[in-house]
Amino acid sequence: MSVTPRRALPAVLVALIALAAWEIGVRLFGVQEFLLPGPVAVVGAFWESRGLLLENAVPTAGEAVLGFLWAVAAGLLSGLLINRSSLAERALYPWLVASQTLPIIAIAPILVTWFGYGPLPKVLVVALFCFFPITVATADGLRAVDPDLIRLMRSFGANRWRIFSMVEVPGALPFLFGGVRLAVTYCVIGAIIGEWVGSSKGLGFLMIQDKAQFEIPRLFAEISLLSAMGVALFLLVALVQRLVAPWTLKRG
Amino acid sequence: MLDRHDHLTRQGIEAFHEGPDAIPKLAARGVSITKGGVHILDGVDLEVEPGTFVALIGPSGAGKSTLLNLLAGLEAPDEGTIEKDGTPLTRPGLVAYMPQSDLLLPWRNVAANVSLGLEATGTPKKDARQRAMKALTRFGLEDFARVSPWALSGGMRSRVALLRTALLDRDVLLLDEPLGALDALTRRELQGWLLNVRDELAATIVLVTHDVDEALLLADRVVVLTRRPARVAVDLPVDLKRPRTMEVETTPEFARLKGRLLEALGIVK
Repeated sequence: MSVTPRRALPAVLVALIALAAWEIGVRLFGVQEFLLPGPVAVVGAFWESRGLLLENAVPTAGEAVLGFLWAVAAGLLSGLLINRSSLAERALYPWLVASQTLPIIAIAPILVTWFGYGPLPKVLVVALFCFFPITVATADGLRAVDPDLIRLMRSFGANRWRIFSMVEVPGALPFLFGGVRLAVTYCVIGAIIGEWVGSSKGLGFLMIQDKAQFEIPRLFAEISLLSAMGVALFLLVALVQRLVAPWTLKRG
Repeated sequence: MLDRHDHLTRQGIEAFHEGPDAIPKLAARGVSITKGGVHILDGVDLEVEPGTFVALIGPSGAGKSTLLNLLAGLEAPDEGTIEKDGTPLTRPGLVAYMPQSDLLLPWRNVAANVSLGLEATGTPKKDARQRAMKALTRFGLEDFARVSPWALSGGMRSRVALLRTALLDRDVLLLDEPLGALDALTRRELQGWLLNVRDELAATIVLVTHDVDEALLLADRVVVLTRRPARVAVDLPVDLKRPRTMEVETTPEFARLKGRLLEALGIVK
């Protein structure tokens, strides 16, 4: 997971080649800017509107992060419940799975109707997108803890709380971080969908406007910015994992 | 580091004070258990005198580990009772127990792994870590204190796991094939080490093993279980003098005892 310049080199090279090919292609074939702007035009549009873009990136990022944190809390809680009680598992699990088959894009307008144009419906959409992988990872992680380890703790005479906090929680962390890393990649998507459906600020709001006004280079700049936001959040989670649970990154 | 002299004296005194009616440190009385429809133990009687080292051997799958779990209080027998110092033992946490695999926690370094048992029973973390460091130093392992378990060799992992168990400072130590996963050479090395540190581990030790030489080298008494459903087949005192070294294995007495055990196991007719 470590991002050293040497390791990042192949990915950076691929990006540079793709960008160069894109720019050359656009110029060579004289593609109209409102159909496909080249990277230079996109960067130009970004620079021109940097104030506006960054200003609108703040609420989007805030919704994504807040919704993600809600999802982590909800996922941990429901995963723990499912793991601890087979009754809870039988009662909740089918509905949690069913909630994932609902098209969240279709629910978003309803949430806007209920909660208005403020940040709440966006945060809810993000949380709906993100909580399920965390629920599954928590339940599976706790179940995967070596039963011999729990017996060892019992043989020491440890009570249930100590067994839970000293062995089960750290033992579940490798799974848990897997789920969290998966979930964090959804959170920006969730925030954008929430904004598309109804908002008065944010990058999603700008995208809708720019599409209508054929500000295509700026639309591309917005997409790039969203993508960068998603990657940054992913790297942040990876960094947290490295700091909190470095052993989960060791092989074998 | 070694208290062989004390140990001998202690055994002598115990032998002197305790007649045939003395209360055993640990006892299984008519213990039977069936698990998943398999009849594993069928009326096992076993008494472990205070200060003795008893080895438990038997065919694989005979129920040695199950018996050890019962003695540890981790499971309850269907019939019969387990007693410690004459009173029924019905919960874990009263004796020290080391399972088959070392089960070192990858998120704790060696010192923190050694202190796990103490922390699990509520010893403040700082105290527990200090005692772990002291124990590591006494056993010459202080250089490994901050190392992660994944960087240790198999033999080293076993030592750390054993130290973790011994640090609980309980008067009975149950070992379930602690060296079973090691290669032959490391195993020999660890047997020699166990022989040396025996007195530092606990007063009374019960060792499950499938290695006849290991049993005779370390134990004061070897108990052989029959095939499933297991009963006690042979209870053999090992009257080899102490202190012992590996060389005891080349003596005629050792060969004679080994012959009797192999016979009891049905390996030699």
